Amino acid sequence: MNRSMRPLLATVAIFLVAYAAAVFQFPGLLSTRVLGNFLTDNAFLGITAVGMTFVIISGGIDLSVGAVIGFTGVLVAVLISSFGLHPLVAFAIAFVVAALFGAAMGLAIHYLEVPAFIVTLAGMFLARGGASVITQDSVPINNEFYTMISSLYFRLPGGGRLSFVGLLMIAVFVFGAILAHRTRFGSYVYALGGNATSASLMGVPVARTTVQIYMLSSVLACLAGIVFSLYTSAGYPLAAVGVELDAIGAVVIGGTLLTGGYGFVFGTFVGVMLLGLVQTYIIFDGTLSSWWTKIVIGILLFLFIVLQRLVFAASARGDRSSETA
Amino acid sequence: MRLGGRDVAETAFRMEARGVSKIFGTHKALDTVDFGLLAGEVHALLGENGAGKSTLIKILTGAYQPDGGEVLVDGTPVHLDSPLHAQSFGIGTVYQEVNLLPNRSVAENLFLGHQPTRFGLVDRKRMNKDARVLLKRYGLEIDPASELGSHSVAVQQIVAIARAVQLSGKVLILDEPTASLDRDEVQRLFEVVASLKRDGLAIVFITHFLDQVFALADRVTILRNGKLVDTSRLSDLTRTELVRKMLGKDIAFSGSTSLEAQRPVTDVLLEFKNYGRKRSVRPFTLTIHKGEVIGVAGLLGSGRTEMARVMFGIDPSDEGSVTLNGKPISIRAATDAIAHGFGFCPEDRKADGIFGDLSVRENIVIALQGKLGWFRALNRDEQLDLAGQFGESMDIRAASLDMPVKLLSGGNQQKVILARWLATDPAFLILDEPTRGIDVGAHAEIVRTINRLRDDGMALVVISSEIDEVVAYSSRVVVMRDREMVAELRGEDISPAVIVQAIATHGEATSEETAA
Ligand SMILES: Nc1ncnc2c1ncn2[C@@H]1O[C@H](COP(=O)(O)OP(=O)(O)OP(=O)(O)O)[C@@H](O)[C@H]1O
Ligand SMILES: [Mg+2]
Repeated sequence: MNRSMRPLLATVAIFLVAYAAAVFQFPGLLSTRVLGNFLTDNAFLGITAVGMTFVIISGGIDLSVGAVIGFTGVLVAVLISSFGLHPLVAFAIAFVVAALFGAAMGLAIHYLEVPAFIVTLAGMFLARGGASVITQDSVPINNEFYTMISSLYFRLPGGGRLSFVGLLMIAVFVFGAILAHRTRFGSYVYALGGNATSASLMGVPVARTTVQIYMLSSVLACLAGIVFSLYTSAGYPLAAVGVELDAIGAVVIGGTLLTGGYGFVFGTFVGVMLLGLVQTYIIFDGTLSSWWTKIVIGILLFLFIVLQRLVFAASARGDRSSETA
Repeated sequence: MRLGGRDVAETAFRMEARGVSKIFGTHKALDTVDFGLLAGEVHALLGENGAGKSTLIKILTGAYQPDGGEVLVDGTPVHLDSPLHAQSFGIGTVYQEVNLLPNRSVAENLFLGHQPTRFGLVDRKRMNKDARVLLKRYGLEIDPASELGSHSVAVQQIVAIARAVQLSGKVLILDEPTASLDRDEVQRLFEVVASLKRDGLAIVFITHFLDQVFALADRVTILRNGKLVDTSRLSDLTRTELVRKMLGKDIAFSGSTSLEAQRPVTDVLLEFKNYGRKRSVRPFTLTIHKGEVIGVAGLLGSGRTEMARVMFGIDPSDEGSVTLNGKPISIRAATDAIAHGFGFCPEDRKADGIFGDLSVRENIVIALQGKLGWFRALNRDEQLDLAGQFGESMDIRAASLDMPVKLLSGGNQQKVILARWLATDPAFLILDEPTRGIDVGAHAEIVRTINRLRDDGMALVVISSEIDEVVAYSSRVVVMRDREMVAELRGEDISPAVIVQAIATHGEATSEETAA
């Protein structure tokens, strides 16, 4: 078995055990209603985390996604409410802006050889600042089309609702999984994370791939921003502060190696669900402060990083000593 | 038609470098070098470590841009701005330092960038099937879906070769492809190269094994210190002339048994009794005396490296005992071994030995510093002194001792690692393939160094695939087969014929690497 599968399997196992334990305590958790809300509530995080998965597999990091979510929300809200544009036109404009923003970061990372950490940190300040320049306040969105799609849902057996945004997240995950595992672009992303020098000598178009990775991350963050504004029916410049860290957490808990080269989009899905479960559990419990979510996530993250080190260190030794001569 | 040197019509060249130069900082790695490749030839590119061979290759394949001169393909000047661009001209390359992608499957490493697709998606089934077929040609039967990094250096090297061959429509460039291959694998590679040559490919072959040059090459180009020395037909050259051109001077080969190595020894240094490790190497019993060189021979995958790793505690033994100067000791980790005065120079320098971003000086002093402990830090002058001393005695070619070691040529990196362990002045030194990738001059230097260390009373275990070399310096030869020590030869028995026979006794000399 591929050793990079092991952290993924561990995540799945932990999720199942945690879910079973939670259900044991609160049987109400085992309903399609709760599951449906799970997907809806975490949709924007999930969509962001898909982009983050690509970035991290390629050996990079994107700290700007939370700010891009906030910026998109404000931009879309202003375009619709103040300029009276149709939401679809507003979305298109937001996507173009986000794509250019991501491309610029990718170009800077590749050509200026500045670490992704620094470039996307600058991007974060830029997007957050840009959003605050547009407006300081929360801009409500009162639009029929908006209300229509935000209330779209499929009824699930058992009374639960699979909302449009929940479905959108699943679609993004499926798209992400295909892109990562079944396309040449995906293989280039892994190649960059494995060894950028080798990749370049093997003929991987490093510049193009880097730009595309950050474009993808920004565009998905933009989509997440739209989903967030659907969810809240408003745009607010300080929305989604710190979501980049939740996204990174979900990706790492999902079994992607923070140093790049290994990971699965499906793992990120489980990671997002695990974070959602922790949140829901704490809400169900009612007595715990919501800060406990952070503590549990912290512990989980730590556990996974230790687990990955063990898996990779152990198998690296085992594989090599059993084969080299 | 005469294919010698410069009197071939220029248009006949498949690929050509005209007056190319490359300058790194102030160092001229290449100085107006001309190099032409004909269709259907194997062209050996020779020179000492640091002569500029790999640099020339990188210019021919778009990985470096020349600072002067031009590159032509089929007589037309081209500007190769990336390896991808070079690939599009049908130029396939195995770079000396490239490890491919250890995190991806074997099949993906073979086809990356050219994966078969169906409806725009990578067709993995077909890719794995194609990979299997492709690797068969090299006698490699491994699961193409397995991670490349889980295989040995040799297997990875073959995958790199297979990839390059499959990408090369016109030109195939092999930069020291045989450095980590065993005889069988080299033989298979030669068969493939010969058939590609018949198909009209132009092939560049870089190696430090002169036997391989004479077995394979039609023409040869020799570089020295970044300058072109000569291009000529191989049949016009004798071996001595070739070596003289590479070095600019004569050297003496020492090919026969060293009598010094055979002198009787008395003081026992180390005694391994039934020492072994499950799934790694079967228990072996070996007594090592002071002032003795134990040569370890065997095929790739026979357990030679495993034996060394167990002795040094990298993979601690789970059976048997060891005594040092008669006292039992325990070696649970490499740090224990170092504390007892052991040194180990590993086989795969890229993965296990070199700290690429540290300077040559730091790389040399690091093991000594580790032994002294961090509270007795060597100051910079002491470090420079030490590095300079070993740099000179090992003939390490570097523009400065303060340059990052990754910028050194491959062979010079190897010398740095050896110097590192010699600096610790160990009582017992294990060398795993110390002469791999090292040019003839340095090769002789390393053999001389081994002999000198032995005469100074050091005990050495030297693993090598080159039997002539083992014969030249060993006081005793241990033969490994199937992860087991199968013979211990001494005296008259230390001869290539006896060693080869001991290695191959169980029938034909197949490598178990291929069955892995
Ligand atoms: N990127 C670089 N920066 C600085 N110096 C370099 C760089 N690459 C190579 N050099 C220097 O250029 C010289 C030629 O190196 P090159 O790798 O071409 O040697 P080589 O002939 O391939 O040797 P070997 O047989 O050891 O592989 C060396 O002195 C090396 O230190
Ligand atoms: Mg070289």
